[in-house]
Amino acid sequence: MKILQSWLKEYVDIDVTTEELVEKLFGSGFEVEETIYLGKDIEKIYVGEVTSIEKYEGTHLYICHVNCGEQGEDNLILTGADNVFKGAKVPAALIGAKLPNGLEIQPRKMKDMISYGMLCSGGELGIDDNWIKGADVNGILILPDDAPVGEDIVKYLGLDDYVFDISITANRPDCQSVLGIAREVAAFLKKPLKEPDYSYNCTEKTHPDISVEVIDKDLCPRYLGHYIYNVKHFESPQWMKRRLSVCGFGAIDAIVDITNYVLLEIGQPMHAYDLDTLDGKSIVVRRATYGEKITTLDEKERVLTAENLLICDKAKGVGLAGIMGGLNSEIEPTTTEILLEAAKFRRDNVRKTSRALGLHTDAAARFEKGVDEYGVECGMARALNLVQTMGVAEISSSAYDVTAGESTENVKFDVTVSKVNSVLGIDVPQETIVEILRALQFGVEENGETLSLTVPRWRADIENYQDIAEEIIREYGYSHVVPTFLDSAKVTGGGLNYLQNKELSAKKFFCAMGFYEIQTLAMYSKRELDMIMLPEDAPERKCVELLNPITDNLSIMRTVMSPCMINVIADNVKNDRSSGRFFELANVYLPKELPLKEAPEERKILCLGAYGADETFFTVKEAIESFALANGLNFTFKRGERPYLHSGMTAEIFCNEKSIGHLGKLKYEVVEGLNIAEGKKTDLNIIIAELNYSLIQEMYEPEIKYVPDNGFAKIKRDLSLILDKKTLCGDVENAIRQASAKAVKVELFDHYENEKLGFGKKSLSFSITFADDCDVTDEIADSEMIKINAVVASDFGAIVRGI
Amino acid sequence: MKDFSEIKEQVKAKIEEVKDNASLSEFWQSYLGKQGVIQGLMKEMKNVPPEEKPSFGKAVNEVREWAQGLYAQKQSQVKELELKARYEREAIDVTMPAMKRDIGNLHPITLIKHQMIDVFAGMGFEVFEGPEIEDDDHNFTRLNVLKDHPSRDMQDTFYLTEELLLRTHTSPGQIRTMDTHKPPIKVLVPGKVFRSDSDATHSPMFSQMEGLVVDKGITLCDLQGMLDKFVQEIFGSGTKTRLRPSYFPFTEPSVEVDVSCFECGGKGCSLCKGTGWIEVLGGGVVNKKVLENCGIDSEVYSGLAFGIGIERITMLKYGISNMGVLFRNEQDFLEQFKA
Repeated sequence: MKILQSWLKEYVDIDVTTEELVEKLFGSGFEVEETIYLGKDIEKIYVGEVTSIEKYEGTHLYICHVNCGEQGEDNLILTGADNVFKGAKVPAALIGAKLPNGLEIQPRKMKDMISYGMLCSGGELGIDDNWIKGADVNGILILPDDAPVGEDIVKYLGLDDYVFDISITANRPDCQSVLGIAREVAAFLKKPLKEPDYSYNCTEKTHPDISVEVIDKDLCPRYLGHYIYNVKHFESPQWMKRRLSVCGFGAIDAIVDITNYVLLEIGQPMHAYDLDTLDGKSIVVRRATYGEKITTLDEKERVLTAENLLICDKAKGVGLAGIMGGLNSEIEPTTTEILLEAAKFRRDNVRKTSRALGLHTDAAARFEKGVDEYGVECGMARALNLVQTMGVAEISSSAYDVTAGESTENVKFDVTVSKVNSVLGIDVPQETIVEILRALQFGVEENGETLSLTVPRWRADIENYQDIAEEIIREYGYSHVVPTFLDSAKVTGGGLNYLQNKELSAKKFFCAMGFYEIQTLAMYSKRELDMIMLPEDAPERKCVELLNPITDNLSIMRTVMSPCMINVIADNVKNDRSSGRFFELANVYLPKELPLKEAPEERKILCLGAYGADETFFTVKEAIESFALANGLNFTFKRGERPYLHSGMTAEIFCNEKSIGHLGKLKYEVVEGLNIAEGKKTDLNIIIAELNYSLIQEMYEPEIKYVPDNGFAKIKRDLSLILDKKTLCGDVENAIRQASAKAVKVELFDHYENEKLGFGKKSLSFSITFADDCDVTDEIADSEMIKINAVVASDFGAIVRGI
Repeated sequence: MKDFSEIKEQVKAKIEEVKDNASLSEFWQSYLGKQGVIQGLMKEMKNVPPEEKPSFGKAVNEVREWAQGLYAQKQSQVKELELKARYEREAIDVTMPAMKRDIGNLHPITLIKHQMIDVFAGMGFEVFEGPEIEDDDHNFTRLNVLKDHPSRDMQDTFYLTEELLLRTHTSPGQIRTMDTHKPPIKVLVPGKVFRSDSDATHSPMFSQMEGLVVDKGITLCDLQGMLDKFVQEIFGSGTKTRLRPSYFPFTEPSVEVDVSCFECGGKGCSLCKGTGWIEVLGGGVVNKKVLENCGIDSEVYSGLAFGIGIERITMLKYGISNMGVLFRNEQDFLEQFKA
């Protein structure tokens, strides 16, 4: 919000430097994001009087002698502008002068003469007609006759002033105005506040027909209307125009300017309706009907819903409540009777409407943060005061006040000094507390250490001792806080718990296996699901959609991690990294039902991705098996399938008989579809694994019990089998275990294929360890081997090779 | 008496010639084996007069023992030589590179997250991770962000339904903790949060760490004291904090916390934009309404809460100026965080 320093000074006597003021505002919670000096980049330009002027023959120039008083009484300046005349007061930039456009004035030869300066236009000084009449003319800015010769132009034009762009926190809607900030400044400078003049006199005239009705009081708790007549149309005085223009408002017409001025000064948006245009001279405040239309002052037609509050007359909408007036009730140069409006509209409703229509106005900005009923009253009074003092119109006695009955009384409550100090942890003296609160215009009665407070009506944010504590500390100064280290808190145990530690270990494990941790966004689009060729009925397509995505690319919550991994790999391939290993441990979001009724399951997935010439199914499998080993888990692998993984190089992974994920090589078609250069796709080998970490962590065994060796003899035997090539090693291994309960360890130690074995055959050699609750003898081992041989022969047609 | 000096000379010369295991065993066979010269001397016993037999036998034994001694000595010499030769034979170029296996590392956000956790863990904070998909009640209402309050605008929210949303901050973790734990509470809630804005300084997803302490007699001074300790651990022992007023609906008073610039020590530099201070986090005294919303007696207990942007700390700590790089996952970037 923009605040002009000189305007602020109208309400409070500021006796500190601008820098100190900014510092103090910052300290009390009002960060000045930008301080703009209006006379910035204007130097050595003075009010000058043209003492003589003559045409410079053979040129388009005029030779002027300019008197700048103390700054030099006779300056020879050439100008091309032809609105200069003898006796004119003009801005004269002398040698060494600087202009906002970056120009620096030097003696300048023009034909055969040297000009020792420059006469300036309004534009060259960065100002327009709103600042001073004549600034917009095509030529030199001609100043009023009474401009004092030799005065610095920055001072003379009122540019020796600052605009503060202040950020206002959401709890302080009362500070969205010059007056609001002035209250704060008065409080911290401990100066009296000079309130604006709210007084006005009404004529005896009343209007017989005007009616104001508020149907939807929930959205409009307070509505004030006042009838004014004999409206005159003229330009506002310069001081008002300057203030409006600095804050971004163009000057239009005195009455319209007054409404904008009050918005800036008091923080209360106002509106003026041309009474002539109101059907039945009525104001009806109601929700719009679905599809109802209104053309707003910006000449755009808006289609409304019942969510939007509309100011209407008997027949039609005449204004979007709190946002913008209707074109049909606009003040025209012919308007003679006006109904002035000051109202409170429910802030979230204004916000919703403003957002839905994409219509952001200064009025809406204030209503959205919230106006208070005190401000509504002040706004109307101040507007009427200006109407009267500026002679804009006559003020009738027809005033309307429709209220939903919200209390307009001051909030009162008691606090104790000790309670306030208990929040802060320091002892602010009672007299300081009282002084601060009074400076902030609280009513304070002291009874011992109990303070009976009367809260100013504009401070809707103040409800209890905590709010008071904040008022105290921001005025008293945060530098008074004395850091303590939880002196009164109980000692507690802290740190990561078992599973949190395991998770960090899991991450570190994969780092040690050469994988880099990545972080990808949890949202993507349906294109990512298409990318991995999921069929229409794939469960992963059942996904949570955002109601308000910022872009279509991030419109659904991910249900599968692979696309994120594939995109990261593709990006790295693009960056000429020919190989790499990544992992991510993050959530997928799985809705239990659609449309969504309850929060979806957030499942932690450990996704691994590896690519490059040296990566194979088994290099990643090694990492996964090592992870299982490191965590005391037993993973088994079966042939699996996924729409995006190689049909012959995909495994489903099991632990404790539950599927915990899958591993496979990315399909050629998926690689083909990646947005990377064709040359880089050839032989691009991507291995992906997705492990259900939520499930895996349930299988961790936190309790470890040492089991001593039972001392019984074990026997190790080797078994070499010739098998059909398609027989799965894992199946054979399982069959061996099933055939012999004593086979406690079955490990493949050799495998090969060759011509001797025959076409379509392979050889697998297992080392089998037999153990039991007694010594395993050769006889026992022999009989177990016979059982195993029989099973592998019958199940797989295996031929046992002699070793 | 038979003189064996001739044989002894022979043995002496022979053992000198022994250089390796093969000649060693040849020596054994020639002199000490069953067919050897010394064993052969015993065969001459039968030709020795009976009265000389004992002394002859003794003399042969002496020769044998003497030769065995020489043998044993040589044996260990040979072994030593052989090992020496083996070591020389097996010598490798130790400067050759080993088999390469790249070692990965954690993402910088994870690294910083855990550094932060470690600091607070030492103060007795537990870690709680709440859901990323929250309801309006936990994310807003019970944190005193009421339906019509403009502070809802402070955090542009991604909605899934009217009620369900992507959490905009980790603060709902406060509610979930207080719902299930009685004071004393010291908890950290790290996690991902989501807001619907995206530009050079904002990502629609980022990470926060919430901290909450609820106990008897907790004050604003404790907040600063605790955060002083935190910033000193993270940014260096000379780092100081500065509190300044701010607004969050769930704390009152609310503060922004700045740290003295660790780059220039507060003199003013490009990092702190000449101010000497860097904004790092927000916090405050827990609003009594929030305690009450969780059934905690605000007359007995008070609390403090803070929220830290993990990316912000990560960027400051590692000198990263563009937030986007954190989520681009480029190897050139990721590889640099071997800490």
